[in-house]
Amino acid sequence: MNNIKGRAWKYGNNIDTDVIIPGKYLRTTDMQVFADHAMEGIDPEFSNKVQKGDVLVAGHNFGCGSSREQAPLALKHAGISCVIARSFARIFFRNSINVGLPVVESDIECDEGDIIEVNLHEGWVKTPKGTYNSNAIPEFLLDILNDGGLVAHRKKKVRE
Amino acid sequence: MGKTISEKIIGEHAGKEVSAGDIVVANVDVTAVQDGTGPLAVQQLNKINLVQAANPKSTVLFIDHAAPSPHKDLSNAHGLLRDFAKKTGVVLSEVGEGVCHQRLVESYVKPGDILIGADSHTCTSGALGAFSTGMGSTDVAIGIALGKTWLRVPETFKINVTGQFQKGVYAKDLILYVIGQIGADGATYKALEFTGDTIKAMTMSERFTLSNMAVEAGAKTGLIEADDVTKQYLEELGRGDEFRYIQADEDAEYEKVFDIDASKLEPVISAPHTVDNVKSLNELMGTKVDQVFIGTCTNGRLDDLEIAASVLKGKQRHPDTRLIVTPASKQVYIQAMEKGYIQTLVEAGAAVMAPGCGPCVGVHQGILGDEEVCIATQNRNFKGRMGNPNSYIYLSSPATAAAAAITGKITDPREVLV
Repeated sequence: MNNIKGRAWKYGNNIDTDVIIPGKYLRTTDMQVFADHAMEGIDPEFSNKVQKGDVLVAGHNFGCGSSREQAPLALKHAGISCVIARSFARIFFRNSINVGLPVVESDIECDEGDIIEVNLHEGWVKTPKGTYNSNAIPEFLLDILNDGGLVAHRKKKVRE
Repeated sequence: MGKTISEKIIGEHAGKEVSAGDIVVANVDVTAVQDGTGPLAVQQLNKINLVQAANPKSTVLFIDHAAPSPHKDLSNAHGLLRDFAKKTGVVLSEVGEGVCHQRLVESYVKPGDILIGADSHTCTSGALGAFSTGMGSTDVAIGIALGKTWLRVPETFKINVTGQFQKGVYAKDLILYVIGQIGADGATYKALEFTGDTIKAMTMSERFTLSNMAVEAGAKTGLIEADDVTKQYLEELGRGDEFRYIQADEDAEYEKVFDIDASKLEPVISAPHTVDNVKSLNELMGTKVDQVFIGTCTNGRLDDLEIAASVLKGKQRHPDTRLIVTPASKQVYIQAMEKGYIQTLVEAGAAVMAPGCGPCVGVHQGILGDEEVCIATQNRNFKGRMGNPNSYIYLSSPATAAAAAITGKITDPREVLV
C-alpha cells in the first residue's frame, strides 16, 4: 500500500462527520450501508460516482465532529484509497489508521478528476500541477494500514 | 518546570514524568461507549476473541443516542450492547437513564481520572479535573479490554476568564465566543484549561457546558481544576470520598493564553453550518424559528431547565413554533419535576422527551423538515445534524432558545427575562 494512484474528488474545509456519514445510518454495522451513504450530507451522488481506488482531496480540519469510526469506514468501503487534506481532526485521523484508510497531510493543488499519486512511506504527493511533500507514515502504522486496520493487524500477529 | 493539568494526570497514569509532545501508554480509569459507537466496539472485540473488560465497574455502555429505539436495526444494536454487558459484567445504562456525559459526571468520573469514550463530547468530564477525551470505537474497545491506551500528551491553551456576566449572558455564550475566536480547528490536538475568577465562581453545571464544547475548537479535552466547588458537587452526589484537588502548577507552560473579560460579552449564537460561525444576536434578530430544542449534554441540566422555565412561566409557545425539552438525565428529570420546572414547561406547550440525546443526533424525536429552522441548546449545528441537510440549526443558551419559543423568532433573551 506504499504507492497509491487514483482519481481525485475535491471538497473544502471543515468537512464534518455528519456529512461524511449522517447519524441516522449509524443504526447498523453493515459496511455496505455506510458505503452507500458516504458523503451524502454534502454530495448525495457521491456513492454512485466514486470508483474503487479514487482519492479524496480536502482542505483544513477534515473529519471534524463526532468520534464515529463509521466515517472513515464509509469512505473506505465506498472505494476511497486515500484521503489527502491540509489537516485532519484528531479523532478522525486516529480512526482512519485503525480501520485501514490511509490519510495524508499535504497542501496540494489539483483539479477534480486529476490522477494523483501518493507515496505513503517516502511522504510525497504528485498531481498534474506539481509534487508536494506530505507527512511520511512511520513503518509501524504502515503495517497496520497494509493489514487493513488495527483489529486485522492484531489477528495476523496472533496467528504469527 | 511546572506541569499543566494534562501533564500531571497523564504522568500519574503512565507511571513516569511526562511533558507535552510525549507519546505514552497510560492506564485508563473509566471507559465508555454509546449506542452509535458501541456496537462497532463490541464487534471489534468479538473479532479478536477479547470479550472482556479490565475494569467492569467503570466500563459503561450507554443507550442514549436513540433511546427508546426508533428502528429495528437500532433495537438489534442495543441488543448487542446488552449481551456484551451480561457476558463481561460491565455497566449498562438503559433507555431513560440519560446522556452518557451527564451520567459519567454524576456517577463514574472523579478528579484525576483518565476517561476515554467513544463519543467526541467525552471532554465534558474535563470540568471535574479529569483527563477525558473522545476516541473511535476500536480505540475504546481496546481500552475496555486491556484497561490502557496510548496518548500524545497535548500542549495546552489557557483560557483565562475574569469579570461578571451581564444579565442574559451565560456559560454557553462564553464558550461559543471562545470557539468563534479560536476557530473550529484552532485547538486541534491541544488541551484547553479554563481558569480565572469567572470560572472559579461558576457552578459545576456551567463548567460542564464549557468543557463539553472544547472539541468544537478541535481540542482533545477541556480541563478545569478540581476545587471546592467540585468537592461540594461530589459531596451532594454522595461521592465526597472520591474528591481530590487537581490544579496546574503556577509555572506550567502554556502554548497560548487567551484573556477574556466576561463583563464585555453579549448573548451570541452559532449560525449554520459550523460552530465557529458565531454571530451577535443583533445580526440574526427576527429570524423565523420552527423548532426550539432545550436539552443535551451541553445544556440539559437542572439550571438550564430552571432558566427555560423562568422565561416560559405563564407564557405559551408561539403557535408556529414547537418546543422540545429533554432532561439530560433521570436525576435531572426528577429534580426538575420536584421544582415544578417540568410542569411549567409542559403548560407552556413543551413536548418533554425521555432523558437522553433527544433530537440532537438526528435519529429521532424532532427531525427537521426541508428549509426548517431550529434553535437548539446543543453543541453542534453541522449540515444535516438534526436529520436533514436541507435545514438550519442555530446554537444558543437556554435563555435565548426559550425566548424564541415565545416569539417564534430569534429574540434577545434580555427582553423576556424577569
